Amino acid sequence: MGIWVSFFAVIALVVIPLVGAQGGGQYFFGIFIPYVAVLTFIIGFIYRVVQWAKTPVPFKIPTTGGQMKSFSWIKPNPIDNPSSTGGVIVRMALEVFAFRSLFRNTRIELRDGPKLDYGSNKWLWVAALAFHYAFLVVFIRHFRLFMEPVPFFVGALESVDGFVEVGLPRLMISGVVLLLAALYLFLRRVAVPQLRYISLAADYFPLFLIIGLATSGILMRYFIRVDITSVKELVIGLVSFHPTIPKGIGVIFYIHLFLLSVLIAYFPFSKLMHAGGVFFSPTRNMPNDNRARRHINPWNYPVKVHTYAEYEDDFREKMIEVGLPVEKE
Amino acid sequence: MAKVAPPEELAKVDHTPPKKGWMDMPVELKEGRWCYGSKPKDHEVLGLPNPRSWSPGDEDWKLPENWQEIFLEGMRERLDKFRSFRLFMDICVRCGACADKCHFFIGSGDPKNMPVLRAELLRSIYRGEFTTAGKILGKLAGGRKLTYDVFKDLFYYFFQCTECRRCSLFCPYGIDTAEVTMIGRELLNLLGCNIDWIAGPVANCYRTGNHLGIQPHAYHSMVEFFCEEIEEITGILPEPSLNRKGAEILFITPSGDIFADPGTFTAMGYLMLFHYLEGLGLDITWSTYASEGGNFGSFTSHEMMKRLNSKMYAEAKRLGVKYIIGGECGHMWRVCNQYMDTMTGPADFLEVPKSPITGTVFENAKSHKMIHICEFTADLIKHGKLNLDLSRNDQYKLTFHDSCNPARGMGFFEEPRYVIQNVANNFNEMPIDTIREQTFCCGSGSGLNTDEFMDMRMRGAFPRANALQYVHDKHDVNAMACICAIDRATLTTLCEYWVPEVEVIGIHELVGNALILEGEKKRTMNLRAEEFPWVEEEEVEEAAAEVILEAAEEGVEEAAAEVADEEAAGEAEGEE
Repeated sequence: MGIWVSFFAVIALVVIPLVGAQGGGQYFFGIFIPYVAVLTFIIGFIYRVVQWAKTPVPFKIPTTGGQMKSFSWIKPNPIDNPSSTGGVIVRMALEVFAFRSLFRNTRIELRDGPKLDYGSNKWLWVAALAFHYAFLVVFIRHFRLFMEPVPFFVGALESVDGFVEVGLPRLMISGVVLLLAALYLFLRRVAVPQLRYISLAADYFPLFLIIGLATSGILMRYFIRVDITSVKELVIGLVSFHPTIPKGIGVIFYIHLFLLSVLIAYFPFSKLMHAGGVFFSPTRNMPNDNRARRHINPWNYPVKVHTYAEYEDDFREKMIEVGLPVEKE
Repeated sequence: MAKVAPPEELAKVDHTPPKKGWMDMPVELKEGRWCYGSKPKDHEVLGLPNPRSWSPGDEDWKLPENWQEIFLEGMRERLDKFRSFRLFMDICVRCGACADKCHFFIGSGDPKNMPVLRAELLRSIYRGEFTTAGKILGKLAGGRKLTYDVFKDLFYYFFQCTECRRCSLFCPYGIDTAEVTMIGRELLNLLGCNIDWIAGPVANCYRTGNHLGIQPHAYHSMVEFFCEEIEEITGILPEPSLNRKGAEILFITPSGDIFADPGTFTAMGYLMLFHYLEGLGLDITWSTYASEGGNFGSFTSHEMMKRLNSKMYAEAKRLGVKYIIGGECGHMWRVCNQYMDTMTGPADFLEVPKSPITGTVFENAKSHKMIHICEFTADLIKHGKLNLDLSRNDQYKLTFHDSCNPARGMGFFEEPRYVIQNVANNFNEMPIDTIREQTFCCGSGSGLNTDEFMDMRMRGAFPRANALQYVHDKHDVNAMACICAIDRATLTTLCEYWVPEVEVIGIHELVGNALILEGEKKRTMNLRAEEFPWVEEEEVEEAAAEVILEAAEEGVEEAAAEVADEEAAGEAEGEE
């Protein structure tokens, strides 16, 4: 059910600007909606991050993935089991930039015997990396539209991105990779029975949204061309707070912009917040130095305990009988 | 053992999920997969809510009238107190990387045993009751309301998680199901829904100092009994002290090691080691008040964890020791390493642990002031302080089971291996995907080591057993070493069921076997009082040697007589 609801929701999100982005509607889709979306994103994102940040971390609970630091003659694993802030930074960097934990992924196979095998299973890792980095490249390429003059790194990135040198305009690999990776992430959800079982509408919806976004972008660049100068005029207008709606931008642009607006407005209220959340994960962002440095729990409170005196009162006779020392004879 | 299908049948696991979505599946408590409900008397000892006789198998769990309110208020409170909990409710993307990492899912195929779904059981309540989208869109936003059936499902599956944290290693955001389960169990406890196998030991521990309810005089006589056993085997009688003020070190180990085989042999190993070191300057005492290393409170709530754990520092303070050594135990070390100093510290009345024998200062424990017995022993061996005969462990072809908690809650991998390889000759590792940080649970951790749960235990044990079977077939492994008291009990059951040719053994039992005590008699038995397999052979050889010796002696006598005769003759000749 989740698939179809999400699918038709995204279809509706395509149809709405298709119908509405005419005449005066262009102001709505080209100015009002993007501003609302960005504002929602900023406020929502900050709200969520602040909410996490102000929730206390009562205990230091890193998941240790390697040898702890102990004797000088035992080699520790300072990255998977960091004992210092430096180690934590490296661990987090590997997690954020290289998806280190996902790289560990294995897949079990149960054979006759019975025998369990653990196969290497890096496809999710590959697809996830491809997806996120392609998205990043595509995002940076869009700086061409926000900034005048165009920053040098955008040009440099484009020349790398377009290295295959086919098509006119030149084919940018990142867009294709983004679309293919998103399709892979979708297909595995449908094809792997367990994944299909755990998937919610909230898992399909952002994927369809991104697939729609990438598709509309590719269409716009290669097939249904729009006047790029007018688009840039509109975008510059938005970022410089002097919004204008130039004439003659095709509706495909408004579809693209609307899907993007929905994505960023949806972002803070969804699982997409993993982007901010990963930095707060206490099993990853804390060193395993509990025994060397005391962690403070801000809400630590006294509890009712059974004291030694109470214990001795319960058992004094019996203790004396076998010669155990007691406080009170 | 409760009724469990034979291994070959149990291993036929279908991992395909059912057609019907998990939110629509009716709650079904299967035999052998749930534990008995907690007893009212234990609730009363501990002041836990809602004491009553109940069974999870009953239709009516006798919850208080406003149970939903209590549960949701408890949830709200914990969302505000634990960043981990709030974050783990918020950021899961359901990528599925954790799904086949759980021993219970591998062994049962029950989709709600995929860590992601176990957490989703609670996450769906979070979305349905606490988020705007979930409140409005309901199921479409992955939210649902807390109904009686949902509550029963939570109980069923939070007591089908051993808090082993294997899933958290593979999660790209480090989402730790153990954290979700721990808080989930806290919430269940607010309504008086604990299991007997946890609440009973907790009540025991609170009153008598240990899970098994061993009273001080009984503890004393058990230790005495071990010493007599040691005398039987070695000819040496250790004289340990209990509750002695002014000792330098307090030793705390799980009571399982005092109570039941094969843990008892590990306890004997400790006693022998301490006796051996006495002459070298070790001044150590045991305690009957702090006679529990483990902490079933940690399977109940954070508060209960603290209520039991507090005894360790309290007793160290009362006895006036300088620091604490902790025995071989899994979840004990998760609590000691990641919670104790924060909860019940600062231990400013103790000193930084320093080995009285080697002078090594344990800087890694400078705040907590407690070290693991394997750290202590590894340091002794490294400094050549132990006189060891490795051949006395030659009957064992060993492998090592990393217990979940020292593995993923500490990173304690090399020290135990170092000790094993220095007290025994034959050691082989299980496959890499099943050891160290990727180790598999025994299937019975976190208070689930009870008989009525046997079907699920043996299912959860399957991945560990399968790796063990592999080294048994390949290297003839016949003993699995471990550093956990629960493991010593549960792996024994695992082996009996899955790999009957393998025994389970604590590391300090191996140490005790190898350790050469001063003035000991010739050892013919291991600590289990089983004759060494080579003793019979040796006896034959010795008997043969005696015959030869006697014959030789006779020969010498004869020769001497001949010489004497000749001399006598010579003398006679000379005289002539």
